[in-house]
Amino acid sequence: MRANSLRSLLGQIFLATALAASTAMQANAEDANWRVVEETAKGQTVYFHAWGGEPRINDYINWAAGEVKKKYGVTVKQVKVADTASVVTQVISEKTAGRESAGSVDLVWINGENFATLKEQGLLAAPGWAQALPNWKNVDVEGKPTVLSDFTIATDGQESPWGMAKLVFIYDSARLPEPPSSLAALADYATAHPGRISYPQPPNFHGSTFLKQILISLIDDADKLQRPVQEETFDADVAPLFDYLDKLHPNLWRKAQAFPQNGAQMRQLLADGELDIAITFNPGDASSAIANGELPDTARSFVFDGGTIGNSHFVAIPFNSSAKEGSMVFANFLLSPEAQARKQDPAVWGDPTVLNVAALSDEDKARFNAIDLGPATLKPSDLGATLPEPHPTWVAALEKAWAAHYGGS
Amino acid sequence: MRQGLIRLAMPRLPGVLIVILLGAPIVFGLAGTLLPALGYLPALGGHDFSLKPFQDLFSVPGLAHSIALSFGTGLTATALSLSITVLFTACWLGTRTLQLIRNLLSPLLAVPHAAAAFGLAFLIAPSGFLVRLLSPWATGFDRPPDILILNDPLGLAMIAGLVMKEVPFLFLMTLAVLPQTDSLRKMKVASSLGYGRTAGFLKACQPDLYKRIRLPVLAVLAYSTSVVDMAQILGPTTPAPLAPRILEWMGDPDPAFRLQASAGALLQLIVSAFAVVLWLGLERLTAFVGRTINRNGVRHRRDMPIRISMLVSMGFLVGTMIAGILLLPLWSVSRSWWFPNSLPSTVTFQLWRDIDQTAGAPLLTTLSIGLAVTITAGLLVIAYLESLERSPRGTRKNKSSATGSSSSFIDVLIFLPLLLPQVSFLFGLQVLFVRLDLDGTLFAVCLTHLMFVLPYIYLSLKGPWRELDTRYAKLASSLGACKNKIFLKVRLPLLLHSLLVALAVGFAASVAQYLPTLMVGAGRIVTITTESLALASGGNRSLIALYGTLQLILPLLGFALASVIPALLYRNRAAMRGHS
Amino acid sequence: MTDGLVLDNVNISLAGRSLVEISTTIAAGQVLTVMGDSGSGKSTLLEYVAGFLSAPFQASGKVILNGYDVTSDTPQVRQLGLMFQAPLLFPHMSVLDNLMFGLPAAGLSKGCRAEMAEAALRDVGLEGFGRRDPATLSGGQQTRVALMRLLLAKPKALLLDEPFSSLDQSRRAETRHFVFDMAKSHKLPVLLVSHDPEDAKAAEGEIFTL
Repeated sequence: MRANSLRSLLGQIFLATALAASTAMQANAEDANWRVVEETAKGQTVYFHAWGGEPRINDYINWAAGEVKKKYGVTVKQVKVADTASVVTQVISEKTAGRESAGSVDLVWINGENFATLKEQGLLAAPGWAQALPNWKNVDVEGKPTVLSDFTIATDGQESPWGMAKLVFIYDSARLPEPPSSLAALADYATAHPGRISYPQPPNFHGSTFLKQILISLIDDADKLQRPVQEETFDADVAPLFDYLDKLHPNLWRKAQAFPQNGAQMRQLLADGELDIAITFNPGDASSAIANGELPDTARSFVFDGGTIGNSHFVAIPFNSSAKEGSMVFANFLLSPEAQARKQDPAVWGDPTVLNVAALSDEDKARFNAIDLGPATLKPSDLGATLPEPHPTWVAALEKAWAAHYGGS
Repeated sequence: MRQGLIRLAMPRLPGVLIVILLGAPIVFGLAGTLLPALGYLPALGGHDFSLKPFQDLFSVPGLAHSIALSFGTGLTATALSLSITVLFTACWLGTRTLQLIRNLLSPLLAVPHAAAAFGLAFLIAPSGFLVRLLSPWATGFDRPPDILILNDPLGLAMIAGLVMKEVPFLFLMTLAVLPQTDSLRKMKVASSLGYGRTAGFLKACQPDLYKRIRLPVLAVLAYSTSVVDMAQILGPTTPAPLAPRILEWMGDPDPAFRLQASAGALLQLIVSAFAVVLWLGLERLTAFVGRTINRNGVRHRRDMPIRISMLVSMGFLVGTMIAGILLLPLWSVSRSWWFPNSLPSTVTFQLWRDIDQTAGAPLLTTLSIGLAVTITAGLLVIAYLESLERSPRGTRKNKSSATGSSSSFIDVLIFLPLLLPQVSFLFGLQVLFVRLDLDGTLFAVCLTHLMFVLPYIYLSLKGPWRELDTRYAKLASSLGACKNKIFLKVRLPLLLHSLLVALAVGFAASVAQYLPTLMVGAGRIVTITTESLALASGGNRSLIALYGTLQLILPLLGFALASVIPALLYRNRAAMRGHS
Repeated sequence: MTDGLVLDNVNISLAGRSLVEISTTIAAGQVLTVMGDSGSGKSTLLEYVAGFLSAPFQASGKVILNGYDVTSDTPQVRQLGLMFQAPLLFPHMSVLDNLMFGLPAAGLSKGCRAEMAEAALRDVGLEGFGRRDPATLSGGQQTRVALMRLLLAKPKALLLDEPFSSLDQSRRAETRHFVFDMAKSHKLPVLLVSHDPEDAKAAEGEIFTL
């Protein structure tokens, strides 16, 4: 079972190494090419569509925009979206209307299903640009294979990694001294303390991830998740998941008649004392929230014993981007050690880097070492194993099945 | 200047412009929704007409439940809002209490739905202000109770939010048409015949009144059955009502969902239309029952209990809304406000100090769109009303016989954008603007806002305009004043207050627009309302509250100007005070 | 060419039913009082003469003013001064502005026109009232200002629609005489519509009952 995913992983790594090698051989030519890109980018305005629900992230984007304006003369404007899927819709509708250039989305913060849809429909800029970025050389391709395989879909250089995500739970140690570290313990806790556990309502991304996390632990053959959904066996495959949820739901917050709408709302409910556990995809989230006064000082993070789902998030350029060069310059800046280190600082955002810090220059290494990860961030050694994301088809199927079970009458 | 006046003199032009500006987007929008619903969406493989989008739609889990929710919450909210409005008016017409409530409700009309919903949520949630205020000393809670208040499966919280928003609207509409119904005199007749105040109003005045507020009531019904922003904040989610689900499908990356969303948009149209049909049936029934009761001669002289209970209901409603709204600024300056503290442990004005950082650009956009649209719509409405004034057919003639049931084509058309569920035609309109390369432009957003702002300005101005004493104009023309002079020197100054109030109403409507800005603006046009709903998906309550507060301040500023400007301009003119 | 206001075979009808039939001549300085119950069409007759009659009313006949047929003229050019039940001073203007509204532009300077308006105020014993808010004037004072506003527009006849009915009894006689004297001194034919026999008596003219 593991062999399969390992093989595909190795294949991807090989591909990446090959690409890197060829890049090295043409280093001079690439340098010249990049200078052309930078030259063309000057004066361009990049409309960067990025989820805007988190002021800290917006502030970070704003800072990065200021830097590229200063350094490269590229103007970046964040278009704050409530849901990245709507950006995909927008690109699709522009395709519908026959707009092949001068699209309204120049760059988009993306991963998973949204990326898969755009890639499938041929709505992304030509492959390879991401690996051609000068800062690609620092990306931790070996240690973080998800930078090349986004929910099992090969990125093919059509999106550039920006940060790492891993499912992490937040709790308030003042109320909950011993957080439940397995699915069984979670269910027991809910039985003992009804109304204090919940999860974001799928199709919200955090909610769907929670479903996938349960499914990975309970499905008979986890390898199935690396392949597209098989309709014939789907009901049987997810039966353990829904058995678990059926038992859990009566003890959930609001008896599962209402759900938090997303991870951020869940964190707010944790702060209000309505919930005992919140879900986040950012290991630095709890520390940042403490620094911001959004969570009490006693908030801490924990993960499940068997590991939790993790992935990378990216920036991608749509096929009809009106500022491809500017977008590449911005993507490249986001990959720079300077930008990545700042991003990892919980006082700023707390999003883990995609770079291989060990391979950086001493000066850049120092940037990372200087970061105070804060009181509530788990050490990399305590973060546990990273479980791979299932194939994107599972998301839609799970969401639909969930709605049929709990979202209906 | 001269040319503008010449154009005003062209009698039909304003009407024609209004017909085009409102009619064209509706027609194209509906067509643009219908075609994808039938599977036609070229460039995405949708070349063949098929019923698949509808099949997909009807296989969605819980669809019937969603339809029932839209239907039930919409009808209930409308019936409740209308009942409260009419009963309260019946109980308290001609009293100072009614004046007081009017003064309290007028500014509340300007509160956008989203801000009102946030305020209500902050107030009544189990970890909200009310429970905090009473905890732990009275309730014994040191943690919020696990009670389902917001997002309840029956949509009660959503109905409460809708009623809170629609009662001010219907109440002020009622007060606007009351003078035409001669209700005060009718009530005197009824009470001289021994009828109690409430019964007298309901039997003698209510039928005539209802006829005149019927269109606004239907608009409330159509809105309530298809509301998105309020449903997202207060409505049920397992499943959600139809409209927010459609929006969710529209946002799905899978193109099949987009077709399904179009089919859903059409279904929404049908659901709202069916609600209207049912309402019309209820109207008949109520009228029949009403006629029977009218003949029974019962006087209901002792109506103090119902009068008190209506006052309590209205007071409760106004109090809740004001309390909720006041929580917005409080949350916007709070930090580390843990349960069960009644007040935040830290107050910081950081967000307000950095306002140009946190909200500068959206504020500017909101202001520019609002002003441009309000001024354009205001000019159009004035030009149209003035053109009626000058039309040879003379719609005004005798005051007694005109007005009222003037169901001219334009009167209905102007109402159409308010009567149609927004999702049903905005979807198609978005495709149209993309095709014209106009999506995401201020121009397209303004054009779309115009569709919703124009009706509000027209509705607000029509009454005062018609009620203006026609003898002033006659007198002026017999003194030799030409039509333009009468317009500029007599009619406009006399209507200044009403006009400014109408513009403020229009501006408030523009500020509150969510779906049109979101869909036609393609995400690039960010107003404080779209931003506040985007932020609602995050958890930062202070920032949500900041935006909610801004949503309040802008419209209130408009209304403040509308009363300050005439007051300053005519500070020495006693008869111009309270002229509306 | 006869001076005065001639109503030549005027017939006003509503839905085929004749409301008013009148054929008469009002000489300069004379008053014709049209009496009738409410709904008898006396105000409609006034509207017709002033040029405001509109559908569904229909009218035939002619209105001849000082020998000119004005039947098809717009109200603006008929030069018929109109007075309603209420003085209807424009509430947004000062007393002086109201008077200047009536004064034709006629190539006069602003100062000159203001002086004429002040003079008109002096004529009616309201000197120094120019900057006042019309709402602060008594009913009788307002009626006097309204009449002067009318006369400043240089009308060729006056049409009065129960102009005294809003005044209290004590003021009424005084104001009535004031108006009729003014009309006489300006040699204007007056068409007065009223249901008050006192008005007719004071007018000392012909009475036409509908």
